Amino acid sequence: MFGILKIASRNLMRYSRRTALTVSLIVIGVVFVSVFVSISGSFKNMMISQITDSMTGHVQVHRKGYMGAVETLPQNMNIKLMGLDRFDNALKDISGVEAISERIKFGGMFSTFTETSNIRLNGIDPEKEYKVVPLLPARILEGSKDLKRGEIIIPRLFANSMKVKVGDTVVVVASNKDGSVNGKQLKVSGIVESATGPGGRDGYVHIEDASEILRMDIPEISEIAIRIKDFDKLHEFEAALTERLSKELNKKGLPMFDVHTWEKLSPFYNIARMIDMMTLFVKILLVAVVLISVLNVMMMAVYERTREIGTAAAIGTRPSKILLLFLSEGLMMGIIGAGLGAAISIAAVYLINLKKITFNFGMQKGIILSASVDYKQLAVISLTVISVALLATLLPAIKASGTEPVNALRHI
Amino acid sequence: MSLVVAQDISKTYLLGSTEVNALSGVSFCLEKSSFISFVGPSGSGKTTLLNLIGCLDKPTTGTLIVCGEDTSKLKYSARADFRGKNIGFIFQDFNLMPVLSVYENTEYPLVMVQNINAAERKKRVELMLDAVGMSGHRDKRPSQLSGGQKQRVAVARALVTNPSLILADEPTANLDHDTSMKIISLMKSMRDNFGTTFVFSTHDPKVVKEAEKVFVLEDGKLVKEEA
Repeated sequence: MFGILKIASRNLMRYSRRTALTVSLIVIGVVFVSVFVSISGSFKNMMISQITDSMTGHVQVHRKGYMGAVETLPQNMNIKLMGLDRFDNALKDISGVEAISERIKFGGMFSTFTETSNIRLNGIDPEKEYKVVPLLPARILEGSKDLKRGEIIIPRLFANSMKVKVGDTVVVVASNKDGSVNGKQLKVSGIVESATGPGGRDGYVHIEDASEILRMDIPEISEIAIRIKDFDKLHEFEAALTERLSKELNKKGLPMFDVHTWEKLSPFYNIARMIDMMTLFVKILLVAVVLISVLNVMMMAVYERTREIGTAAAIGTRPSKILLLFLSEGLMMGIIGAGLGAAISIAAVYLINLKKITFNFGMQKGIILSASVDYKQLAVISLTVISVALLATLLPAIKASGTEPVNALRHI
Repeated sequence: MSLVVAQDISKTYLLGSTEVNALSGVSFCLEKSSFISFVGPSGSGKTTLLNLIGCLDKPTTGTLIVCGEDTSKLKYSARADFRGKNIGFIFQDFNLMPVLSVYENTEYPLVMVQNINAAERKKRVELMLDAVGMSGHRDKRPSQLSGGQKQRVAVARALVTNPSLILADEPTANLDHDTSMKIISLMKSMRDNFGTTFVFSTHDPKVVKEAEKVFVLEDGKLVKEEA
């Protein structure tokens, strides 16, 4: 085998410029795809983490049917105390939960005594909420990150339009599920950066204040946000939780809960899928580049070396050895191209990170692009390139191995 | 027993829609360790006959037995194996691998055909290069050699697998007279040293004189046999 590899390497070096050009094409392709995958993957991960870690959490549980009416934030579709107990019991059977946070979501009137506007609010326990959405404290641009009873955190755009500052006193008025209206005076303790996505323009009050405003004698909640330990196992977790919660039935014998991952909650999931599609197309492009360039160069090689193939066949080289020789040449080009491409890709990603390139995501400005090399992806790309190079060589190699020596020796 | 036995062999090619009889009704026997020449003008069927003996092609009719094997019955891969084991080739244009050195060209059949281990390969290649007087040029590429030197390497490559039969199609056609005579005498001495049968085709009357037996072909027919 070593002998065949030696001959194959000499054959590649015979037309060094042509080989270099083909290998360069493979290298450029691998670098382009790898860097694209790194950047788009980083962008996608950043986008997902911005959504899950500052707003939605990884998974949300609602009372069955709540999401169908979510726009009106219905108070009559909350999870009641008994439901909460059953959820807590169910959760004991599921592993992988890092933190949970109960939320009361409601809409109300926000008054500064001179101006009044609609506002969507989340009643939260800040300690629990910050464990589920750890990026939320970083979005609080002014004031305190601690949300105490009697305080409200409002979104920046809302604060600007209502001309409200940290420390101002405001009134929040809301009606509960029975139509009973109640209000509470709150102090603005913080201003949160508005974000694109579900809940990105909501304000926050303490869950006990929300319960008081909505006159809940018995605790109820609108949703349960869950953060899991391993985000890569999101779908396994969702399936397990859905399966477990499907056993919790209401008095009518119907399931009590709905489970939603961030993908079902955020329109950005479609952008994430588009990024995946673009990545796939770029990979297909790479396959085409490698296929065409290697096929072209190997077809030329077979044509130019017809007499040599004839000589090899005449002296008794088996067709399988001739096939192996040409496959070795294609394989070598693939391995060198993929190896060099992978090395350059790692260096390119390192340089991109050194440059600290910034971009905007929705209303969040100056997010630093932190591209990371996905070694698994890089291995897949490299193996794909090597396989395609081998595949592209197969046709010319079969042609070469099937050449009749008597005809090949006549070739000029 | 004869090394090659041809009985009434013929070869017909299709040239477009026209049938061309390259050989018709040729019969002969070649003995072991002989030094034989096929002569005749261009188009007389010399190369076709060597291709048939060399198992590169099959006769259209007739029986051809080489080294005790009816070669017309062998399949494609089996023919390759048969050639690798029994036959060496020397070509008019030398047909050395341009990317390999003299040593590597000689080693080539042992790597690609016979799967001989490295130590044995080294021994055999060095023996052959010594025998053909090319030891001093072992690292040179074919492009750095003269025509005569290239043909010496081709002889070494043909002999390195210890074949019973070596077929040389116009081995001196691209060489000057002196070099041609040196190559013929080298081939003869190789026959003497290794007992290999040499069969060659040529136009050159001075080279023909060196053969122990001469078969004359004309229009695809064997017209004369001279000892």
